[in-house]
Amino acid sequence: MSKGQLKWPFKVEWDKTQTVETDVLVLGGGAAGCFAAISAAQKGAKTVLVEKGATIASGAAGSGCDHWESAASNPCSRINPEELTDAMILAFGGYNNGISHYIECREGYDRLLDIEKMGAKVRDTEDEFKGADFRDEKTKLLFAYDYYNRYTIRVWGSTFKPALARHCRRVGVRIFDRVMATSLLTQDGHKGRRIAGATGINARTGKFMVFMAKAVILCTSRPTRLWLFSPELPGISEFRPFQCSGDGHAMAWRAGAEFTMMEKSIQAQWSGLRSFPPYSTGNNHNTWYACNMVDAEGRQLPWRDRDGRIIEKFSDRFRPSPTQKLFLKGGGEPDSFVYDFAGPDTAPGDELILKGYKLPFYADLTSLPEMERKVIWGMMVGEEGKTKIPVFQAYTDAGFNPATDLIQSYGDGWKSGNFLPQERQLFGLPGGILNDWNLMTNIQGLFAAGDVLFASNCFGHAAATGHYAGRHAVAYARQIQNFTINENQLADERHRIYSLFGRKGSLDWRQLNTAVTKIMQNYCGAFKTEELLNTGLKRLRDLRQREAEQMTVRNPHELMRALEVINIMTNAELVMEACRARKASSQHLDFVRLDFPQTDPPDWRKFVTIKLAGDRIETGSLGLDYYGSLSDNYIKYNKDYKGVK
Amino acid sequence: MAKKQNAVAAPQDESFFPVVIDSKKCTGCNRCVEVCQVDVFATNPKKGRPPLILFGQECWQEGSCVQVCPRKGAIRWQRLPMQRVHCRRKTTGEDFFV
Repeated sequence: MSKGQLKWPFKVEWDKTQTVETDVLVLGGGAAGCFAAISAAQKGAKTVLVEKGATIASGAAGSGCDHWESAASNPCSRINPEELTDAMILAFGGYNNGISHYIECREGYDRLLDIEKMGAKVRDTEDEFKGADFRDEKTKLLFAYDYYNRYTIRVWGSTFKPALARHCRRVGVRIFDRVMATSLLTQDGHKGRRIAGATGINARTGKFMVFMAKAVILCTSRPTRLWLFSPELPGISEFRPFQCSGDGHAMAWRAGAEFTMMEKSIQAQWSGLRSFPPYSTGNNHNTWYACNMVDAEGRQLPWRDRDGRIIEKFSDRFRPSPTQKLFLKGGGEPDSFVYDFAGPDTAPGDELILKGYKLPFYADLTSLPEMERKVIWGMMVGEEGKTKIPVFQAYTDAGFNPATDLIQSYGDGWKSGNFLPQERQLFGLPGGILNDWNLMTNIQGLFAAGDVLFASNCFGHAAATGHYAGRHAVAYARQIQNFTINENQLADERHRIYSLFGRKGSLDWRQLNTAVTKIMQNYCGAFKTEELLNTGLKRLRDLRQREAEQMTVRNPHELMRALEVINIMTNAELVMEACRARKASSQHLDFVRLDFPQTDPPDWRKFVTIKLAGDRIETGSLGLDYYGSLSDNYIKYNKDYKGVK
Repeated sequence: MAKKQNAVAAPQDESFFPVVIDSKKCTGCNRCVEVCQVDVFATNPKKGRPPLILFGQECWQEGSCVQVCPRKGAIRWQRLPMQRVHCRRKTTGEDFFV
């Protein structure tokens, strides 16, 4: 042990293997994973949940969540699930996951009722907001954004994950916290064959874990740290939790799973040193909708409807325009202006400056009706995971008073920082694993839920798809009589993992992650060409073959980080290959090919799919409406689903 | 495998870590250790003592550890200097940074 180093405080077990057999194996313990495990266990299946962190607080909404989207089946909604899903599909030009969002719109509210039964708080039981415009007096539900249509519900989300974790245990789910899943096991060890389980490592002890399972549900969120990484502050490299490094994508890719839309990325909105924490500065979007904004001289920034007409009445910020059925707001809204579903907003910053408004701009909670001020600052900021402690409590302790104080906007309004075009993220509704109506992938027995699915987002979506995948995984598992684990596959995986320890090299995982982001920014930034992408892939291979071989680790925690970076390299390759496969630009996918400048030509209005077949990359295509009729198929595949009363 | 038994960690590093633990108030209950999804902390080998902060830079900065602490004042959020946000008291025009 060198001077200054500490003895590893946990028991070291990297020479040990633990084998666990189960019917259904859930990988990832966020909202999707917990719901998948709960629904599988409730159907009577032996269920194991594997989580890299701590199920009680893991996942993007682990520490809280302020609103529940797309609850179209709640009793106050004026929009039905079909209308809302259609709007979400059209708002993204068809590049959306019709199946998963229909499940969200149809079953999301059921899952909210489930959480409430588990002990979480979903309605204003203390009558704090009695009489507010956004409250339904009968159900005591609070709504956000579109107060007329009432399909987004404000919630006390910091109570959610503890309730879910408790309930997992209550229904008999066996939880393995601090275990990172490292690979998917397939029948006979062959890529693309039926699922047989997964391997993992304990991130504290280093123990090798083997999970034998009839069905596996992947609930591992989406890749991060591809373009953005802060070596000083790796933990806040991206908006999503540091833990969510896209392990599921990398594992599934190596196992032969099919992906789509992986060519889509958008300019970054939050990250590391450049940005303030999300929702921590003055703004009027999402959590802060529809806060008053003022300029440096105290002039109110005008609100406009989708046609540019000034909205005079405060209450009209929460209603569709007279010629509109509904507007979309929140985490799943499109990043570009889509007229049909555009809601009330202030003009863009540059336009306001030209009109003489003076910087800086501020959010002005002081001039809001009291209920609105209280619901934005006290409840939304107070319940959103990233803001409950770091913003609501910290600012309050520092003397901030929403009744008297303005708070400055930075960057381009709500984004809390300005980014360069090549600094990109898989954000909003990015690509991911392709699913069928069972939420099964092309690998028999491998299901997917939550943010690992293509074009997915938000708690309600994660909860609804998790529960759905759990049910369908049980139905699948019941048909499986016997399955075997391939010993060679285990031996290869053991070698891949443990050879990282005790190498002669001296590169730590941060160096490698930084190198990947440099490659992605340079060769897969805002502008793509075949030449750039090919060079990027070559450099990535070079990085893998030379520098990555010198990466070394000193303890099980660093082993987990190193394995994450190997996954990040895999995901970088997947993204660049997907970018190569689409030979046309696309506005909806925020995708610019300088060598194929035509935007969304008819021949390319389709999903491009990609997977590994052996060592070869196979691409294909699917119609944007591959899922067929939403309501008919839903009914066909869910005959035994009764809903929640 | 023998070589692998010598797992070590770098010295505790609290630079860039936005959480401060008051060692006089902390009872070493380790709830913060168990709730952290990033596994920033480790249980102190000395029973009843505050946790070790082994990977402070990996903190996702959402404060679950502060949420679960049962002892008032034992753990506190401290915003990093680069994250101080400008506020203005509307009535007096006074500027301050939270």
